[in-house]
Amino acid sequence: MADIAITSPAKSPSHLGAGLKRGGARLWVGAALVAILVLVALFAPVLAPHDPLEQDLLSAQLPPAWMQGGDPAYFLGTDSLGRCVLSRLIYSARTAVIVALIAASLAALIGVALGLFAGSFGGWVDQVISRLIDVWMAFPPVLLSIVLAAVIGAGLTSVIVAIVVVDWTRFARVVRAETMVQLTRDYAAAARAIGLSRAKILRLEILPNLVPLLVTLLAVEMGIAILVEVILSFVGISVSGDTPTWGSMIAEGRQIVYQAPWIMAFPIGCIIASVIGLNLLGDGLRLALDPVQRS
Amino acid sequence: MTATLAIENLKVAIGDSNVLRGVSLDVQPGEVRGLVGESGAGKSMLGRAVLGLLPANAVIASGRITFEGRDLLAMRETERRDLLGRRIALIPQDPMTSLNPVKRVGSQIGSLLRHHLSLSKRAALTRAAELLTEVAIREPERVLSLYPHEISGGMRQRVLIAMAFACDPSLVIADEPTTALDVTVQRQVLQLVERLRLRYGSAVLFITHDLGVVAKICRTMTVLHAGRVLEEGETAEVLVRPHHAYTRALLAATPRADRPAEALRPVPPALIEQLWSDARKLDSMSVARPA
Repeated sequence: MADIAITSPAKSPSHLGAGLKRGGARLWVGAALVAILVLVALFAPVLAPHDPLEQDLLSAQLPPAWMQGGDPAYFLGTDSLGRCVLSRLIYSARTAVIVALIAASLAALIGVALGLFAGSFGGWVDQVISRLIDVWMAFPPVLLSIVLAAVIGAGLTSVIVAIVVVDWTRFARVVRAETMVQLTRDYAAAARAIGLSRAKILRLEILPNLVPLLVTLLAVEMGIAILVEVILSFVGISVSGDTPTWGSMIAEGRQIVYQAPWIMAFPIGCIIASVIGLNLLGDGLRLALDPVQRS
Repeated sequence: MTATLAIENLKVAIGDSNVLRGVSLDVQPGEVRGLVGESGAGKSMLGRAVLGLLPANAVIASGRITFEGRDLLAMRETERRDLLGRRIALIPQDPMTSLNPVKRVGSQIGSLLRHHLSLSKRAALTRAAELLTEVAIREPERVLSLYPHEISGGMRQRVLIAMAFACDPSLVIADEPTTALDVTVQRQVLQLVERLRLRYGSAVLFITHDLGVVAKICRTMTVLHAGRVLEEGETAEVLVRPHHAYTRALLAATPRADRPAEALRPVPPALIEQLWSDARKLDSMSVARPA
């Protein structure tokens, strides 16, 4: 039977290397920005030159060190209470990272589960979940967390709950649609023909196909979570007043924006860099993780 | 002797249209039966009905499907799933899309083996490599670590054939396994199916529209049109002395090396028209119309 033997393709591709290459510059830039954010949050006490709460009214509103009148001890200057801006930026990263990680993961968990459910069962299950999605998508998270803050008190918990309660819909909607598409593919029928149960088909066959999509969504969602937290701390219903956050820094800087614009500019820069970093990382990972994708 | 597969008077409807109008057919142990018909004849639906893969809006109006004497339509879902992939296997039509695009070949064969034979991960991979050797794939270990898009269509179909025979099935349903392939690869795939079925002693229901393929590997054949069986019998008998006008027309429409191309005749439209109107007459007789 030698005449029908097939020799496998000659090249032996390294899958990991090929994946990283597909990710391209986006992957690297995004990963670098996110890595910086996470490291800064983790090592905040080591990196911060000052206690972020320490006030020094005699050196209030100092400009950054490279500007005229700047003090090298306060590299990015001080705010109106004389607190070190750099240290406050560094400590704020902790709040951002915590919210991004917890809120986005929980939203993903709930959304993926319900999306798979709706997409695979169809019928009334799908109807109920889809209507639920419609209703919750119409609800602004900021408004919801104001309500939550009134009910369970302001704080990180109500911020996270508000984001999860509204944003699971982003995952559920996409996962539901994609599950329906994947289930019509031949490989899903082939999986049924080898006797796999519905649960096994979803877990072993469908879910792996959703991974690249989910990674992108998760990264984007983390960026959104950071933004929501910024908005809420800007209006003062996020964490308690003595914990520094980018949102509260912007709120404080806003009042003296003409005298000391840098106080507001730096946290805005941090937010933009984090969100862009997360989006780029998500994009890069999607390309890197999808073995079928070819540019 | 119990038939491996026995279908009795199977009627399937999708919405208002009947796709199978009382089909009966059986496949004896070790038999290779060709199921021939033009597209829309219902031959794929028949295969899907046996596997329980009918579309969600399809209704089995009547009939029985028994596998080794057990009623497939009456048994519980879990029992039926236990048979699928182990005792009844499918070789799907399109090798390009029937493998999961994001799973390596090894993990796909492995999850089948682990599901039905409860092998360990390592044992499953070893067995998977043996299976690939059986379908004449060189360097099986390396192929196991590749993704489906990294191997050719012919090779993918071999992987699917290996998976179909992996658990020593007694019935293999081959749903036009050569249609999506290059002509040069078709012959090799047929040889493989023939070799593996002899080795495992499986019966095969070979669904195809290609009479040439039937002549090559099927001992018996059934001609299906508009969801009805028009003719059946030993392949040699049917092809040499066809009784039904439609079978004769199909033969005249099949290109053969020993006849000039000018001898080819399309199936006469009038005949097809006649067959469809017969089929519809059958429908109106079986449905009691309210006055």
